[in-house]
Amino acid sequence: MADPRPAGGRGFPGPLELVGYAAIGAGFAIVLAKSEAISWFRIQEMFRFQSFHMYGLLGSAVLTAAVSVHLLKRSGARARNGEPIVLEDKERTPGMVRYWAGGTLFGVGWGLLGACPGPLYILLGGGVTVYLVALVAALAGTLLYGLLQSRLPH
Amino acid sequence: MMEFLSQPWPWWVAGPLIGLVVPVLLLFGARKFGISSSLQHLCAAGLGAKKPAYFDYDWRRQGLWNLAFVAGLLVGGALAFGVLGAGAEASVSAATWSDLAALGIERQAGPAPREIFGWDRILTLAGGVSLIVGGLALGFGARWGGGCTSGHAIMGLANRQLPSLVAVLGFFAGGLAVTHLVLPLLLGGSVDG
Repeated sequence: MADPRPAGGRGFPGPLELVGYAAIGAGFAIVLAKSEAISWFRIQEMFRFQSFHMYGLLGSAVLTAAVSVHLLKRSGARARNGEPIVLEDKERTPGMVRYWAGGTLFGVGWGLLGACPGPLYILLGGGVTVYLVALVAALAGTLLYGLLQSRLPH
Repeated sequence: MMEFLSQPWPWWVAGPLIGLVVPVLLLFGARKFGISSSLQHLCAAGLGAKKPAYFDYDWRRQGLWNLAFVAGLLVGGALAFGVLGAGAEASVSAATWSDLAALGIERQAGPAPREIFGWDRILTLAGGVSLIVGGLALGFGARWGGGCTSGHAIMGLANRQLPSLVAVLGFFAGGLAVTHLVLPLLLGGSVDG
């Protein structure tokens, strides 16, 4: 198995750069909240195939991102700080066990909470404080994964 | 302008804006869009010197940008709910309201049903399982699977990664099972479909 830790080793982000990431996050949060992607009711509607809304949302997001990635790769553009834009391939593990097993478990959480990690933070920021319980549980789940990692199939 | 902003945004406006987060993060700092890694960074930041290997890395260098993004999510959530009316009733289909009514969840405003999500509901079967089991599965599953909706469904699919497609199929398998098999049991109704 590859090194489990996040790739990186680049420069330490400065305070202004961090404000930039926060601003991008805030914009993303407003779009998700205003398109109702953070709504438990919308997630229910999606898993019941009763509206195109969430599929249109995800589909057009993927399409926009895919075209952008294609153009960035083709142009050989660099990031603002001069770093090359490199998108490594995700590791193809034998049987793809981690992807379908971990993905299905994640889906169970998504279905139960009606929120994935992004909306979880957005709802907390929006004052729906009970999701703090879910965030603490998600951190506990992450910790548990970290402890069991070497014994799990990937 | 303010009136437009307080209406729900259609998917064809919001979807492309969500997709643009990918090139914006790449151009701004060569960062790959992904939110669930913040859970790993938060654990790495909170644990002491003797950490499991999974959390033993320089979380500031690799994860601080991600945590700043997450701080932005909190601020954006506050703005959306406080100023832009994000807490209004979701404009979901009549069929969904009808299905939910059969489960004992009435039509209401807000992002989540008060019958399940609330500090006074944590000790109920539906409330406790949804928040605690749901949170555990979300965190464990996201890190085992190597990503969540942002990292796999948006970033991974956009970069045409087969592992991400497998993970996204898993997301839907899990979500469908919960919606159609588990939720009716939690809410004390009969299993539908």
